[in-house]
Amino acid sequence: MELVLSLAIGVLAGSGIWLLLRPRTFQVIIGLSLMSYAVNLFIFSSGRLAIDREPILADGVPTTLERYADPVPQSLVLTAIVIGFAMTALFLVVLLAARGLAHTDHVDGAE
Amino acid sequence: MNALHLVMAPIGVPMLFAALMLLVPDSLRRVRLLLNVGSMTLVFGVAITLLLHVHATGPLVYRLGSWPAPFAIVLVVDRLAALMVGLAALVGLCAMIFSVSRWSRAGVHFNALAQLQLMGLCGAFLTGDLFNLFVFFEILLAASYGLLLHGSGRSRVVAGLHYVAVNLGASSLFLIGVAVLYGVTGTLNLADLATRVAVISPDDTGLLWVGVGTLGTAFLLKAGMWPLNLWLSPAYTAATAPSAAFFSVLTKVGVYALLRTWTLVLPGGDGGGVLLLFGLVTAVLAAIGMLGSQRLGPLVSFSLIASAGTLVAAIGLGDPRLTGGALFYLFSSTLTACALFLLVDLIERWRNLNVTMDDWAPFLTASLTEDRFNLDDEQQVLFSRPVPRATAFLGLSFMACTVLVAGLPPLSGFLGKAAMLSQALGAGERGALFVVVQLVTSLLALVAMTRAGIRYFWAEDRDPPKLRFSEGLPVVMLLGACAALTWFGGPMLSLAQTAAEDLHGRQAYVRAVLGSAP
Repeated sequence: MELVLSLAIGVLAGSGIWLLLRPRTFQVIIGLSLMSYAVNLFIFSSGRLAIDREPILADGVPTTLERYADPVPQSLVLTAIVIGFAMTALFLVVLLAARGLAHTDHVDGAE
Repeated sequence: MNALHLVMAPIGVPMLFAALMLLVPDSLRRVRLLLNVGSMTLVFGVAITLLLHVHATGPLVYRLGSWPAPFAIVLVVDRLAALMVGLAALVGLCAMIFSVSRWSRAGVHFNALAQLQLMGLCGAFLTGDLFNLFVFFEILLAASYGLLLHGSGRSRVVAGLHYVAVNLGASSLFLIGVAVLYGVTGTLNLADLATRVAVISPDDTGLLWVGVGTLGTAFLLKAGMWPLNLWLSPAYTAATAPSAAFFSVLTKVGVYALLRTWTLVLPGGDGGGVLLLFGLVTAVLAAIGMLGSQRLGPLVSFSLIASAGTLVAAIGLGDPRLTGGALFYLFSSTLTACALFLLVDLIERWRNLNVTMDDWAPFLTASLTEDRFNLDDEQQVLFSRPVPRATAFLGLSFMACTVLVAGLPPLSGFLGKAAMLSQALGAGERGALFVVVQLVTSLLALVAMTRAGIRYFWAEDRDPPKLRFSEGLPVVMLLGACAALTWFGGPMLSLAQTAAEDLHGRQAYVRAVLGSAP
């Protein structure tokens, strides 16, 4: 599972950075989105990977740390997703405004 | 009221006022402006109260929901945090007063965005938790995107596009750094982090460095460090004057966050050489950028980058007394940059455009009383021609800013640089390098500023500039604050020194949050 997850993060981050460096605004926004997916998965993995652990306190399960998944990274990911979503929406607005004002989708506003 | 609950005020007050402003209809613009200025003043007052309190009794810790420390979200006020909140509110106040005359009308929700920016700034200064630092960074950045795009237009939107893209990339780096640090230490509370870093297993040391390095890169990008600062000059030049003036605090947030986390997480001063190197390179390149600037906007932006480079280099030397000087210089340089951004707007309006100002409340209007005996054949004044007072005001203000930026006596820029240089002289080869680079960049800055002054003020005759009272007042306030920093140089410098010793000592901060020293 570690391998699958790290490959996924690597592929997402790699494609994200590649697209981020491209000259078209649409490529940049897709690149930023992929980057944020990679980062979210990465944060998730910082709580150590585990299978079959309770996310929240459950009856009949001893309240020791081994029995539960780390809740902090989950809440961090949730916050990061929300913020990332808002920022992508904001960037989309700027992108459209730039397209309208500069009549080109080049990131520098000129070919 | 209990002083403890005041800790929430710098975050709560702007948020409340931002929400209130959305309810005020456009027809009551004056009410909105009044709320804006009122909120900034209130936060400034709270910051002074907190500073006095903290200076007397030590750091204040506000635990949200009263949970015990490493689990709760905490807000921590120490001397540095209170000083920074005061600085942000003062700069914001001046920028907002300036915006009254023209710029607040250039788009919608300017005042609410400014409040949210202040809220993000205060939160970033007060938080004692790495993830909340991220959240407040995002709040202040989201507000700054709005402020940067305020007024719209092609140059602003294109510069804004770069600014948003770069900062979103930086936020990704920030999150990666936070996640790595959490993975290594299992905590996000800064004070708890400081105690746990000492006991991590040797296997994890490499990972810790990766986390700190990634986080540091994100902070340095916000601080405008070379080679990640190419976005800064176009963005700040394109922004409207009050926005740019308010942005002069933004780079300092990066410096603050760097200083705070670096002193807590790596108390040994590891990595200081890297900070010194990049800081010095940034300062030199920014000074060259100042020399190469044909317009005033980039000139001021580069002076801002130069001051950030100087600060990071000074912090990198890792000496508490030098950091104290750097903090003093931080206040002086931020106020100067803010005043310069406002002045640039006035000067460019005077030189380039014939703006019709239908509703201006005159400020220092020229009263050209001519001496009947001092005239030549063509009825022109022979010598000592009267300089219109508004021109003199702009010229003298620009001159004061030049003195402040170049670090010449007698103003506070000199005191800050002298405090840093006198300490650096005793700091071996690195200190010597710092001193040499500082002297050279100061000279370059002086040349660049003087040349701009000559070009703009010793030009052909023009009508005197028309200034409004609300445009002159913030410049006077900012320069007055610099003069006050100079006049109270001794106490302010010793306050900055104590704040720096707190930072490097760590004990007071950690004990206040966790209840025990590391």
